[in-house]
Amino acid sequence: MTSTVNPVDERAAQAPEFPMARAAGCPFDPPPGLRDMQQEGPLAKVRLWDGSTPWLVTRYADQRALLGDARVSADINRPGYPRQAPMPPGGTGVSFILKDDPEHARLRRMVTAPFAIKRVEAMRPGVQKIVDDLVDELLAGPNPVDLVEAFALPVPSLVICQLLGVPYADHDFFQENSKVIINRNVTPEQRSTAHGNLIGYLDDLMGEKIAHPLDDLLSGLAGRVTAGELARDEAAQMGVLLLIAGHETTANMIALGTLALFEHPDQLALLRDSDDPKLISSAVEELLRYLHITHSGRRRVAVADIEIGGEVIRAGEGLILANDIANRDPGVFAEPDRLDLRRDARRHVAFGFGVHQCLGQPLARMELQVVYNTLYRRIPTLRPATELERIPFKHDGSVYGVYELPVTW
Amino acid sequence: MKVTVDQDKCVASGQCVVAAMEVFDQRDEDGIVVLLNAEPPAGQAEDVRHAAAVCPALAIEIQD
Ligand code: SF4
Repeated sequence: MTSTVNPVDERAAQAPEFPMARAAGCPFDPPPGLRDMQQEGPLAKVRLWDGSTPWLVTRYADQRALLGDARVSADINRPGYPRQAPMPPGGTGVSFILKDDPEHARLRRMVTAPFAIKRVEAMRPGVQKIVDDLVDELLAGPNPVDLVEAFALPVPSLVICQLLGVPYADHDFFQENSKVIINRNVTPEQRSTAHGNLIGYLDDLMGEKIAHPLDDLLSGLAGRVTAGELARDEAAQMGVLLLIAGHETTANMIALGTLALFEHPDQLALLRDSDDPKLISSAVEELLRYLHITHSGRRRVAVADIEIGGEVIRAGEGLILANDIANRDPGVFAEPDRLDLRRDARRHVAFGFGVHQCLGQPLARMELQVVYNTLYRRIPTLRPATELERIPFKHDGSVYGVYELPVTW
Repeated sequence: MKVTVDQDKCVASGQCVVAAMEVFDQRDEDGIVVLLNAEPPAGQAEDVRHAAAVCPALAIEIQD
């Protein structure tokens, strides 16, 4: 036994719990504890649910550098990887977002074509029609209504179903199961069951696409399975990932974004009164920056020693890159806590950075542009039907947002 | 300004196309970057610099 205390060990012993609580009354701001850490230094230690103490990286420049660094791995099966929750018994299949290159790149490239800018732009009129029809239904339906159920969730679900070739009629089933998967507080068994349900569903669908391919993304993957380039379970895994990622995130951006705009009426008015695509697109970037709905941080593990700001991250140590606080880094964004739809926020890290940066971002951007440019113009009196204090926020989710948003007009 | 792209690094995010449509495009098969103009005019320099800054894969290099 030695009596000298290693300063890193000492910091680990005092590490605060992560994730941290947001301040009461500040549902859009990152937890104050993260802000303190960002001011104090580039690296801090935090304590996770399993007692492990990975590094927390809070500054924008450091996050971009680390996410672009080959000494940093996204492989969830490496020792030291900071897991968000216990692994389900027997584990679940791992999609490519939790793997490293070259395996990650091989699989990712199989699904990138439909997300190319021109392909996404070609989908814009179809998305506009989906949004217009849903607004018509809103206006003809009950008032007040829950915007999440009636609008925020159906828009991206309809879009991703069309793109993947998934029957929208099954949306209750896959939304229920994905809700369980992204909830941080469910048991490993519950998560495993939900994941199994979705895998089974996608596997059946894959069988159909192999037999009767159509012009959709899953049929494209089915073709690769037939050609022997992709295992059928890998294809089902990718289908689950795209289905969950395609509707959960955008739905939260729509509902939480709308609530943030309600709290900033001058900014809401900007969107309502403008038809300028430049303003609409900068508004989308700013809302992505400001809301940073992926509030669980990017998870990584170092595969070699990395020096950062005079400190050393050792090989095998876990890293959490808190993109929410990076998007509020005052060194990069002036007055970072101000929602300013006119600012140039395009450098935000809401979609991450590095080779794992969100694959669906062009689609998400386009959907949000259509939504933010349509909803408030078509329903100019849209407003909350309850007080902010009564709105249930997804503090327990790996994606942040609201469970419900009652609105009236 | 001289621009080069590394197609092996590119992850097909399309950010460069959004930033500078005259200079970057994407392949139809997989969305990987295609360089349309390796020597863009001064008027496009700022957009191209922005493209390089937002490219998540650091696949765009610029020499002045
Ligand atoms: S921004 Fe970078 S990664 Fe994205 S398409 Fe262009 S070159 Fe490829």
